[in-house]
Amino acid sequence: MKVPMTEYLRIDLDSGKWECRVCDHVIAPADGNYKEGLLVHDRDPREIHPPIIDPERYRYTFSPDPEWVRILEFCCPGCGTQVETEYAIPGHPPLWDMQVDLPALKAQWAARGADQMPDAGPAVVPGRSHAH
Amino acid sequence: MDMLTTKGKTPSAEEMELIRKFLDDTTLFLGPDPEIMQNHDLMPRSAQEDAAIAKVSDSHVVAKIRDRIQAGCDEGYEMVEQMGAAPGAKWGDVITGVYSASGDLAIASAGGVLIFSALVHHPIKFIIKNWLNDPTVGVKEGDGFIHNDSRYGNVHNTDQSMILPIFHEGELICWVASTVHEGENGAIEPGGMPSMAESPSDEGLKMSPFKVVENYQIKRDLLTFLQNSVREPKLQYEDMKVKLFACLRIKQRLEETLKSDGPDALVSTLRLTMENVRAEVKRRVSQWPDMTVRTYIIQDSTLRENCVVKINCKLTKTGDRLIFDFRGSSPEFTNRATNTIVAGLKGMLAQVFLCYVWPDLPRGQAAFAPIEVITDPHSIVNCSYDAPNSQSLMSIFTGFTAGQHAVAKFLYSCPEKFTKVHAPTFNMINTFIWGGVSQHGETLGNLCADLNGMGAGATANRDGEHALAPIFATMADIGEQELNEEEVPFLQLVSKKMTRDAIAPGKYRGGQGYTMMVATKDSEQWGFMTTAQGAKIPPLQGLFGGYACGTYPLSKVQGVDVYDVLMDEPEKFRHSIEEIMNEQPFEGARYTTHHMGMGFEISKRGDLFMISQGAGAGYGDLLERDPEGVVRDIEEGLISPDVAARLYKVVFDHTTLAIDFDATEAARAAERKARIARSTPYADFVKKWNRTTPPEHIQYFGCWGDDVGTLYMGAPDITRRGDEPRPNYMLNPKDVRIAELEARLVAAGAALDERQ
Ligand SMILES: [Zn+2]
Repeated sequence: MKVPMTEYLRIDLDSGKWECRVCDHVIAPADGNYKEGLLVHDRDPREIHPPIIDPERYRYTFSPDPEWVRILEFCCPGCGTQVETEYAIPGHPPLWDMQVDLPALKAQWAARGADQMPDAGPAVVPGRSHAH
Repeated sequence: MDMLTTKGKTPSAEEMELIRKFLDDTTLFLGPDPEIMQNHDLMPRSAQEDAAIAKVSDSHVVAKIRDRIQAGCDEGYEMVEQMGAAPGAKWGDVITGVYSASGDLAIASAGGVLIFSALVHHPIKFIIKNWLNDPTVGVKEGDGFIHNDSRYGNVHNTDQSMILPIFHEGELICWVASTVHEGENGAIEPGGMPSMAESPSDEGLKMSPFKVVENYQIKRDLLTFLQNSVREPKLQYEDMKVKLFACLRIKQRLEETLKSDGPDALVSTLRLTMENVRAEVKRRVSQWPDMTVRTYIIQDSTLRENCVVKINCKLTKTGDRLIFDFRGSSPEFTNRATNTIVAGLKGMLAQVFLCYVWPDLPRGQAAFAPIEVITDPHSIVNCSYDAPNSQSLMSIFTGFTAGQHAVAKFLYSCPEKFTKVHAPTFNMINTFIWGGVSQHGETLGNLCADLNGMGAGATANRDGEHALAPIFATMADIGEQELNEEEVPFLQLVSKKMTRDAIAPGKYRGGQGYTMMVATKDSEQWGFMTTAQGAKIPPLQGLFGGYACGTYPLSKVQGVDVYDVLMDEPEKFRHSIEEIMNEQPFEGARYTTHHMGMGFEISKRGDLFMISQGAGAGYGDLLERDPEGVVRDIEEGLISPDVAARLYKVVFDHTTLAIDFDATEAARAAERKARIARSTPYADFVKKWNRTTPPEHIQYFGCWGDDVGTLYMGAPDITRRGDEPRPNYMLNPKDVRIAELEARLVAAGAALDERQ
């Protein structure tokens, strides 16, 4: 049984692994930190939140200060889907954000049954928005 | 001491009772009671409740009476909203509620600010514990109690409550209360939320719960004292009356129920409603996966200076237990106002559930009652009696966001959901607080309703809504600025215009915020302040690969009278911060930017102060965003074509906005490959990235990494243990600036040879 845990991640209860819901890539052991199986990019926040007013003339520009905060972008090594972001103070260790009690999860779903699987949003496939 | 205790005999029960009575009789000051203030669970069932439930427990009867009481609360809410004088009342920053005889909030009005009433059980329990049997005070039919001091159970001292006991044939049956964000309270800055407060003594009126109404009449001597303590004496009077009459209307509705169904039915309904909600919350939590979720939200200022203040959150669910652990969050600031009492944090976390996760549950104290909260003592989320907390919103709102972000990660896999999985909503009160003497000669101090226009976070299936609602009141209003302008001597020259490119991208983007430009017109004694964080670091996190919002500064244009410009050369005026700051259309004016913690500042006629409301966070990978949604955002002025093309990798004709879908698909596939190419495997990444201590160039407060037991206090070598309080003083920013300038003088060769 595979349980969708986030928009892009699921846990295969039988294999005990985190998997990518887009490309089925096996990411990491499900009782560990899924981030350890992903790729990370240290993004300058000004690239995502562009300065609206001139950074040459002004101290505050609507852009985050890149010396105070970075965006850690975590992507799947199989398909490049951006699975998670983390706005981090420079040098702050990334968080183990979802520490799952795997035996409890297995027991919960064994009791519940696969037909209880959540309607967790549309199926995830790259390019599905291309309906034209 | 040891000698005495080892040699002395254990006192008898009779002696213990004497000692207890002696201590009770000689208490010199009834301060906030930790036993009351640290507990947010329901009181145990009383004998009165047991007896009532034994007689009435039919669920249909309970539901019928609950609906009637709910309607009564809503009626009281409408009265306060329609008649209240405080600007906050007019747009719904009010609430009413019915509390059990033991003081628990059983039912609150459907509209309004839930956190207000979720905290009023503390002052009611204080009244029960201290005044009920005190021969000099007592609690009688016709009495009313007033309260505002946050340390006895309130968000901040700008909110005032009126509390009435309800009797039936001489027996105390329940309480009703009405709470309003009043604004003015006589603090060192106008408007009731001073960010300059360096101690509670700077925070104005501090009403511990006391009796201000007898025989349903406001006592004139006490009223005059209160009026004499604030800048808006007429507002103080008017709203005390409004709150009293709202309570009396709810009392009337309760009496109708007492008449038709009897006191047991009422008492039973209040108790069973709470017990049933509490049990249902346990059941719902048990459906979540057993897991620990970690997140942190950064405050980038104390409102006086920029620094990094961590709100650390670990949320653990085991079986039917849910535990918020905020240990590792910043130490309290001894002389900054952004601290909160822990009850304020809990009240705001209750809002996560009742407004965003389980809005179907009856609104009351019970929904959060079984949820546990752990904090460090004397921390920014559990501050001491001596710490100022007039800007507690900064910490309760970032604490709320940490909770909202963590909860979303539990909900995704739940079969049974009551709302859509939701990225964090914007959480800062980006608005103008104002004060001074109006064009009518009135002394005023309050704020613009635009704080209620926070952008909503995106959800699992749609974009966030723009300028939707404040996180503290999902049913509030933004009010009519034009009506406000009849009372105040300034205009919002630009209002409700979306701030372009202030975005939170994602598969579903966050709802955006709008620009506000204000300028004083008809008073020489009028000023503004702003009290928000997030000009250097976003105060949110994104969800499942979505991004947070950007940052939001304050821009000022001074040395120009824009009203003269509008009269003489109207073509020079621009309607966006982007154009005014980049084009600098007014010659000779001074254009500056600032963080959002502007202390109260007197303005000159025609000076422009410009800010923007913020965006809620985005949801999911932005490369999955529907290209047509991207183009719609361009058409609606939310994002500029170049930024949209660069971020979303949508290929379109910049003139016609026609989308090339195949080219877009190719560009997105290429970007996914580029991501893989530029990214590093986790293990390699953390080797280069991770540091063992906070960076030297930032004043950092809170834990670093996994070591939640060590709290940094502004520098890598200044720390305290989480459980061992230490003072944490900040320098006056002006002294810091003077020292910087003196150092530059010395470096430039100027001798500072004054006598020391
Ligand atoms: Zn993948």
